[in-house]
Amino acid sequence: MAIAEQRTSPQAGQGSSDRSWHGIVLQTLKRNEISLVPYVPDRVLTPLIKNLHADPFFTTFATAREEEAVGIVSGAWMGGRRGAVLMQTSGFATLANVLASLAVPYQIPLIMFVSERGTLGEFNYGQSLVCRTMRPVLDSLALEHHTITRLDELEFIVDRSIKQAVTTQAPVALILNPLLTGGKVFDK
Amino acid sequence: MNTRNTKVMNRFDVTSRLIAKLKHEEAVIGGIGNTNFDLWAAGHRPQNFYMLGSMGLAFPIALGVALAQPDRRVFALEGDGSLLMQLGALSTIASLRPKNLVMIVMDNGIYQITGAQPTPAASVADIVAIATGCGLSNSAWAADEEDFERLVDAAMSAAEPHLIAVRIDDKPGVGTTRRDPVQIRERFMHGLGVREPL
Repeated sequence: MAIAEQRTSPQAGQGSSDRSWHGIVLQTLKRNEISLVPYVPDRVLTPLIKNLHADPFFTTFATAREEEAVGIVSGAWMGGRRGAVLMQTSGFATLANVLASLAVPYQIPLIMFVSERGTLGEFNYGQSLVCRTMRPVLDSLALEHHTITRLDELEFIVDRSIKQAVTTQAPVALILNPLLTGGKVFDK
Repeated sequence: MNTRNTKVMNRFDVTSRLIAKLKHEEAVIGGIGNTNFDLWAAGHRPQNFYMLGSMGLAFPIALGVALAQPDRRVFALEGDGSLLMQLGALSTIASLRPKNLVMIVMDNGIYQITGAQPTPAASVADIVAIATGCGLSNSAWAADEEDFERLVDAAMSAAEPHLIAVRIDDKPGVGTTRRDPVQIRERFMHGLGVREPL
């Protein structure tokens, strides 16, 4: 969550052009009929969250914790509606239990977008440490995950990963790297 | 909260009373442990979903089902200890106001399944007051079994989410859910009409 003296770097969050990273994510979600998007907010994700709220196709809302959002999209999927969860690295760190006891054993195609904090210019030591727990947790459960760094690869990775998650009934984590989003920089 | 005028009921009995009232393929999400053991023991139905972990997520899972299928009434059964793990979910639900979601809290004030240790809320916190404070204005304690059935009837045709809290005894669950998560999920999806069996 934002702290007053922190700001998003200029290249992230500006404009809502369809070819921005967040425009591509929104359109790819829509094309794959993912209409339910609960989130715990993150500064970098702000333009995506704002545009999801503005688009009546999506039901998007904040939850108090990330695992709550995972429960919601899991229930929705069993009820025939597709969803995805948006979060920050530190939020992913709260999910090991729900991944291991709900998403994986029940074979739920949980689609997670993680805005990556803790690398490439991190200014908060806690964030840089918690970031190091993310991939080991994903790997320990053999979960599919991709770190997206390039705009020209974004649509392909997101679209194919959603389709693979749904058809193989397996979770996927799409990690949005600062090289893609601009990340969050200390600016004071 | 030392002066309680609500009857101490039994989880299996109350769960059985709920199940007997379900005539329209209502979904029921059972929280972990005794809550879903008694749901199982009350008689398996295709619209039942049993959690085997993810403590505290019965209400969020039920919310997801309710958002996916707004024409189906969705019940969620949760223990007080489980709910304490995910109190934030109450305000999320209050904010979204799904008209088809009914939450039932089985409150015995203890972690029965781990050795009956008292919860940190026991004797001090009031689940209905917490829910009301979170914005769930249709929250009530069931005074006794008859009152529980009356509250369920009212929730069945309501246009707002309802929460019913029930004080229960310290008895363990009557049955044991078959721990087969893939089958539980698949059969639940069949029960909700999302999929056909192979």
